[in-house]
Amino acid sequence: MTSVTEARRPAPHAPGPGRPPGRAPDHGPWFLVLPALIPILVLSVGPLLYGVLLAFTDAQSGRTEPTRWIGTLNFQDLLHDTLFWESFRIGLVWAVGVTVPQFLLALGLALLLHQDLKLRWAARALAIVPWAMPEVVVGVMWRIVYNPDAGVLNETLRDLGLGDGRDWLSGLATALPAVIVVGVWAGMPQTTVALLAGLQNTPRELHEAAAVDGAGPWRRFRTVTWPAIRPIALAITALNLIWNFNSFALVYVLTNGGPGGRTRLPMLFAYEEAFRYGQFGYAAAMGCVMVAAISVALAVFLAGRLRGGDTA
Amino acid sequence: MRPRRRARAGQYAALLAYLVFLAFPFLWLVSTAFKPATELASLHPAWIPRDPTLANFRQAFDEQPLLRAALNSLTAALSAAVVAVVIATPMAYVMARRRGALARAASGWVVVSQAFPFVLLIIPLFLVLKNLRLIDSVSGLVMVYVVWALPFALWMLTGYVRAVPAELEEAAAVDGAGRLRTLVSVTAPLLAPGIVATALFAFITAWNEFFFALVLLKTPEKQTLPVVLTHFIGAEGVADLGPLAAAAFLATLPSLVVFAIIQRRITGGMLAGAVKS
Repeated sequence: MTSVTEARRPAPHAPGPGRPPGRAPDHGPWFLVLPALIPILVLSVGPLLYGVLLAFTDAQSGRTEPTRWIGTLNFQDLLHDTLFWESFRIGLVWAVGVTVPQFLLALGLALLLHQDLKLRWAARALAIVPWAMPEVVVGVMWRIVYNPDAGVLNETLRDLGLGDGRDWLSGLATALPAVIVVGVWAGMPQTTVALLAGLQNTPRELHEAAAVDGAGPWRRFRTVTWPAIRPIALAITALNLIWNFNSFALVYVLTNGGPGGRTRLPMLFAYEEAFRYGQFGYAAAMGCVMVAAISVALAVFLAGRLRGGDTA
Repeated sequence: MRPRRRARAGQYAALLAYLVFLAFPFLWLVSTAFKPATELASLHPAWIPRDPTLANFRQAFDEQPLLRAALNSLTAALSAAVVAVVIATPMAYVMARRRGALARAASGWVVVSQAFPFVLLIIPLFLVLKNLRLIDSVSGLVMVYVVWALPFALWMLTGYVRAVPAELEEAAAVDGAGRLRTLVSVTAPLLAPGIVATALFAFITAWNEFFFALVLLKTPEKQTLPVVLTHFIGAEGVADLGPLAAAAFLATLPSLVVFAIIQRRITGGMLAGAVKS
């Protein structure tokens, strides 16, 4: 079947048959790379730089006067914007509050799935479901679970005689914890899959050797399993922190930032600023502050990772 | 062996708890979707509808242009997946096979692009697309989705390319095959499953995407499924639960089916991308 193409003339970029493939003329890679590189530059790198520049302007939607440079005025305003810092604080609580339980629960599940248990196939399939669902559907689904009347949560509480339940998503005290639970549920699959992949790379012999030496489960975990999955665990946790801090759709559907701004994540805040009030420049400044915060958090995290690497 | 057996029992109990936690919201969604309005209003909703009905589905289609929205989602997701894979595969090939400055810069971008909040990207994109008159159009959305899917596509595809031994290509070259011919008849067949998996993954992420669609599409007839779903929830947060559940259930089915097909490959591909050589 390959002989059909045999007769064809080699493409202009193909080197002669005598030449080793590694030393093809250098325009080869460019010709392969450009189709992806141009969209990346035009629709990702360019806009990101443009976005950073916008933070230093008074850009607004639907304005007829030309946009002006205003230096750091947006950032000075932002510094005194207590609503934004409150939202920023909520964002941090949310990001850490989701990432930490997500990691612990995912680690537990991954360790279980790594065992030789029956029903493992069912758990593996189920563990993937939240990953495949559109975030909007996850939000809708949990709204129905949390619904004060028709929701399963209050119904279960009533059945167990634990009171009448409450309106979880509109209670000032319960709204943030309630959305955090949803965040944990929605993000567990990726983390589990990543950790499970790490576990499957752990040398089994080491485990058995440690068991023969009389090491208990906790010791075996600490000395054999954890060192093996540590790089993956750190990487997925860093990514989770970023993704969670930047998350939008879940909370938009669940509470839209309410009640009284108790769940207004920074992304929701910036979205409203940009597309409800049309303050493009100011919203871009918020985005810049978020990037800066993420970069600092990542730097601290990575520094800790390097230091930990020396002692481990 | 007593403690051993007890440990097993504990493991099964824990696994069961996980299963319940993961499954119950979805089961409740399905249950709600098939409940008649009277049961939804009752004070003691049951797990299994006493009188299952399709009325919610009918009402959902009457209330919102779901078919239209599904078609928009399909167009956007399919086009984005195909374009993303077509342009990402050659680049991933170069990234995997050569260790130049370009490959390093591209990998750097893959990582950095994850850290930027979408809001910083969408404001300039909104302005650019507005100048190009691509706001409120599915083609504009596809362009955004392609670039948005690229980091992950490059990541996965680079891993798949690395899994194809370079020695195979060298052997083909020694046998006298040209560069293009080597790519077409040696590399491509080995890469095909990975390409399909990447395309399907890009399809799911685009099908599920909400934020860009919310910002870029204003006309109801052009909106995608996730955006239309939020219309079931009123301004005051009050929602007609039955139709909402029915529509949400339907919107999930395509992603679930596609995901079931590629589940194994996705996990493999993520791993492959992570392996450093």
